[in-house]
Formats: sequence, C-alpha cells, structure tokens
Amino acid sequence: MPTEVLVQWLFFGILTVITLGSALMVVVTRNLFHSALWLLFSLFGVAGFYAMLAAPFLAAVQVLVYIGAIVILIIIAIMLTRKVMGLEELPNKQWGLAAGGSILAFVALVAVLVFAGSGAKPLLPGAEFKPADVPSTSIVDLGNALTDPGQYTAPFLLAAVFLTGAMIGAIVIAREDS
Amino acid sequence: MGGPSLTAYLLVAAALFCIGLYATLGRRNAIAILMGVELMLNAVNLNLVAFWRFLSTHQTGAPGTVQNYMGGQAFAIFIFVVAAAEVAVGLALVISIYRTRQSVVAEDADTLRY
Repeated sequence: MPTEVLVQWLFFGILTVITLGSALMVVVTRNLFHSALWLLFSLFGVAGFYAMLAAPFLAAVQVLVYIGAIVILIIIAIMLTRKVMGLEELPNKQWGLAAGGSILAFVALVAVLVFAGSGAKPLLPGAEFKPADVPSTSIVDLGNALTDPGQYTAPFLLAAVFLTGAMIGAIVIAREDS
Repeated sequence: MGGPSLTAYLLVAAALFCIGLYATLGRRNAIAILMGVELMLNAVNLNLVAFWRFLSTHQTGAPGTVQNYMGGQAFAIFIFVVAAAEVAVGLALVISIYRTRQSVVAEDADTLRY
C-alpha cells in the first residue's frame, strides 16, 4: 500500500478510536461531569473527521460552536443543577431495552450499508470509487453558496431569525419570576 | 486513490448514532439525555459531509457563473444552527424544571401522566 493511503487510514483509525471511544465513555461513566468532558473529546474527533473530509470551515465551526458553546452550556447546566443529584448517575429502568434496541439499530444500519455497497449495480459506490476532487476555492464557494440569492440565502436568513427567536425563548423560559 | 471509502465514514457515523441513541433512551438525568441527542446530531452531520465529499462532482450557480456544489456543507451549517438553538431551549427548560421541582431526573416530571 502506498504511504499516503497508509497515512490516511492511520488518521482515520485514530479519529475513529477518539470519537467512538469517547462516545462510549459518555454513556458508561457514572459521573455526569465526566460525561460532558468525554462528549467534548468526541466532538473534537468529529471535527477531525470534517478536516479529513476537506471541510476545514466546518471543522473550525464545530470547535467554536459545538465545543465552545454547546458543551460549555451543558457544563453550566450541570453545575447549576448539581445540588440534589447524587454523585452517581445510574442508568434508568429500561436501560437493557435501550441497549438492545441500539445494538439492533446498529446491526440493521450495517446490513443496509453492506447491502447497498454490493451487488451488480450498487446503490453506494464501492471501495474503488474516487472521491471528488475538492478545488482550493471551497471556502469561497461556501460563502458564495450561502449568500447567493439563487442558492441558500433564504435558509441562511431564516436560520438567523430562528436562532434569535430560540435565544429569546430560552431567556424567557429560564428567567426567575420577579 | 485509496484511503477510507464512503462506507467507512458511514459506518463510523452509524456507530456514533447508535451510541447517542442509547444515551437518549437509557439515562435518567435530563442533561444526559440531551448529550445523547447531541451525539446523534453529530453523527448525522458526519453523514452529510461524507456524502458531500464523495458524491458531489457537479457544478451549480446562477446562469453564466460556475461554482462547485456546496449543498452538503450548507446543510451541515444549518444543522449546527438548529442544534445550538435546541440545546439552549432544552437546557433552559431543564433549569426551569429544576427550580420548581428540585429534580432533573426525567421520570420525575410526570404531572401530565394519568
């Protein structure tokens, strides 16, 4: 195997271990605060995947928005509600059913992916597919796509309005009755 | 060109989604449930960006201009926005419930039950 393919698989393997291992630790750890920190690691792994998939802007936004805002918000909420929660965070009554359902869902997804990638006319391209060449202007193209009236400007502006409304709603919900 | 294929990325995203599914269904604390939802959203985003990277070779743009297709990344950005809004509102709800009922266990918020 040529060196660059080996290096790609090496990075893919490292990122997979970081992402999936941290995600497993999120659900296994008894301490809620540690769960939030493992979630942080998992999201870093996903940001690495975005960088591998030639989406550098998305990797940066993932670190800024998900890790820098959402996980911080989760940690703040954990600290604000810590008084009555015991130190142990146990699974709930139907955790066996949930685990069985998740494993079943994963097996079904793997079966679909394997089935879609095989056969005479596969739905998914197989391993010999060449990934699309990403030109060097991809960030410029993304900016154009988000501001071009014929492309994604309308959802972009709607998303801004939606986010503002959600923030106002969150402030109103969490406000103390004075 | 070798390297990880599309199916490899989709398998990782599927595993991440199922771990998030278990976190949403099998935990007591409402904040832990929200963390599971975040894992699922990230898995979906990973799916989208992988499909964009491997399958988008066509070009688009206003008539007269040529531009590469960016729909996968744009969709992922909108999911970022929606996830941020949902976490903000969800945590505001959790804090508000904690204030009145002094508990963040999801099963304790059962006033609407029979």
